[in-house]
Amino acid sequence: MKHTISVLVENHAGVLARVAGLFARRAYNIDSLAVGVTADENVSRITIVADGDDYTLEQILKQLNKLIDVIKVRAFSETELLTRELVLVKVNCTPAQRAELISIAKITEAKISDISINTITLELSDYSNKIKTFEELLRPYGIKEIVRTGTVAIQRGSASLTI
Amino acid sequence: MSENTMTVAKAMVECLKAEGVKHVFGYPGAAICPFYDELITSGIEHILVRHEVNAGHEASGYARITGRAGVCVATSGPGALNLITAIATAYMDSIPIVAITGQVNSDQIGRDVFQEADITGSAEPFVKHSYIVKDPASICDVIKKAFYIAETGRPGPVLIDVPMDVQLMETEFMYPETVEIRSYKPTTEGNKLQIKRVADTISKAQRPVICAGGGVFLSDAKQGLAELAHRCDIPVINTMMGISNMDMSDPLYFGMIGMHGVKAANHAVKNCDLLILLGARMGDRAVVAIRNNKKMQVVHIDIDPAEIGKNLDVNTPVVGDIRRILCQLLEIIPEMKHTDWVNELDGVRKQTASVPAAKEGTVCPKSFIEELNRQLPKDSIIVADVGQNQIWTANNIRLTEGRFMTAGGMGTMGYSLPAAIGAKKATPERTVIAMCGDGSLQMQFMELATAIQHNINVKIIVFVNSALGMVRELQEKIYERETAVDLTGSPRFDIIAEAYGIKAENITDISQAEAAISNMLASEKPYLLQVFVDREERTII
Repeated sequence: MKHTISVLVENHAGVLARVAGLFARRAYNIDSLAVGVTADENVSRITIVADGDDYTLEQILKQLNKLIDVIKVRAFSETELLTRELVLVKVNCTPAQRAELISIAKITEAKISDISINTITLELSDYSNKIKTFEELLRPYGIKEIVRTGTVAIQRGSASLTI
Repeated sequence: MSENTMTVAKAMVECLKAEGVKHVFGYPGAAICPFYDELITSGIEHILVRHEVNAGHEASGYARITGRAGVCVATSGPGALNLITAIATAYMDSIPIVAITGQVNSDQIGRDVFQEADITGSAEPFVKHSYIVKDPASICDVIKKAFYIAETGRPGPVLIDVPMDVQLMETEFMYPETVEIRSYKPTTEGNKLQIKRVADTISKAQRPVICAGGGVFLSDAKQGLAELAHRCDIPVINTMMGISNMDMSDPLYFGMIGMHGVKAANHAVKNCDLLILLGARMGDRAVVAIRNNKKMQVVHIDIDPAEIGKNLDVNTPVVGDIRRILCQLLEIIPEMKHTDWVNELDGVRKQTASVPAAKEGTVCPKSFIEELNRQLPKDSIIVADVGQNQIWTANNIRLTEGRFMTAGGMGTMGYSLPAAIGAKKATPERTVIAMCGDGSLQMQFMELATAIQHNINVKIIVFVNSALGMVRELQEKIYERETAVDLTGSPRFDIIAEAYGIKAENITDISQAEAAISNMLASEKPYLLQVFVDREERTII
């Protein structure tokens, strides 16, 4: 089962290594990981999507809590969260194909971020499954390169994760 | 410049003094020389080890007795790396140590210069926390936090890595009085509702048993444990880390559980209806006896919430400091009796088979330890190494007010002599004995020099069977032949000891044990006793 875990940590050098190292040495699987500073510049937020049963999730949360630099840890259920990933896709695109690709971009609400004689680079921010579909749509044209971030997540509604 | 302006190296020493540190165990090298140059005039005694790993083990032995963090020091690169096994050993056994390492100059970090190693990175899986000090102004704060983190909550090792150029920079010495770490707030008080539940569960049980682990020592809860056991008439058994946290002559005490434990203790966990785990993390070797008992309830009291439910499903968890929780529990729990259950266990205990006579020229380790029990001062400290010697000692030593210790979690060979040296340094008035095998002695006998140089009166008992006995036993059971466990080529340890100026005696028959033990205990200097044991002698006697 997939779990999305938000971790608030001290914004120090080496903290990410500690968190990632913990997952590696205790054999927890990470599907995706994203890090960025929060509104408080002394605090970073790590969003981890991990795979495991309930026992593993409980251990992940408890072990993360033991790291001295970890201020707060929370796991969320899917329904509680608004999740986003960002993807940049460079697709082969002859001048004749431009109209088609522009129309895909329009339907999927992707942005055209760059264009050249024989390629087009599209940018999409959405949840994981939508990005998968987007990739499928572009595959027939020939994807030259694809760059994807990890998932970031925020609670729906007025609730927020703060220190 | 105020009078508090000084080098970071001097500030480090001043911080140790402010923490009340009296002894540090270490080995110098270029990158830690600025610190050593200040240490020498500080009044803190430095014990020069003969290999850095032993600095860590000595700090660990010292910490187990004082209850405060032991301090070990090493230089950058290989010196620091040699500490890692000791740091990991302390981590597994939750022993507070503060390890200080020199590092190459900060502008050279990452360039693979001479004696450079990423020690904070390499030690990360085995430390509670670590620091690399790049800002000279942070040194006092870092050291204060290091001791606080090492000693509070579930104790453990903390590493402080200080580049050589930083040691030479100037800073203001101001040792903080308090520590505030927003992300680290260990729970000490137990949840009242949970404690009430524990009391109710105990009241309903017919066949309760307390399994007490190393956490009882760490939280100084021996008295509370004995009080609970007596008031509620509950048998007590130990994990290996917990041995001697209960007076072993107490009628309610039934020995060590697990793969290498005793019958009565394993019978207790297999047949109980309530298991109360007290500061025991239930390692895999302890848990084997329990898996088949499906009808028991489990109460787990531990300071580390991550241990609860990790290896064993728990019905009633209580997180907090064991001593505090026992006080809270003793306020509400009534007296009770479990006479039939205690008698049943007593019956199992009495079933012990008679020990067969040892082969000529050898001594039965069980009989030897029984003689040792007769002569040991009450408050003796026994440090068992790893292997057959460890199990023989764990299952046969009888301590009443004494202390048993061993590298229970990591099973690190070569632990006993350095840990004994550390323990003796912490409490010079008590008898301290390292019990090891001829395999483990050869991983540590360089420390005989440390004992002699610093006049540390430790005793060493070595069981000699010319084999790595426990591995051999396992090989024969599973692979039906032995491989690479024969210790032919080992020296005569009595001559080795004499080369260090240490008196030694050999015994090859149990009739010599009484006099030999008496000579050893009477000596005011380090002493080595070689006990020749039959190669066929099994771990469980």
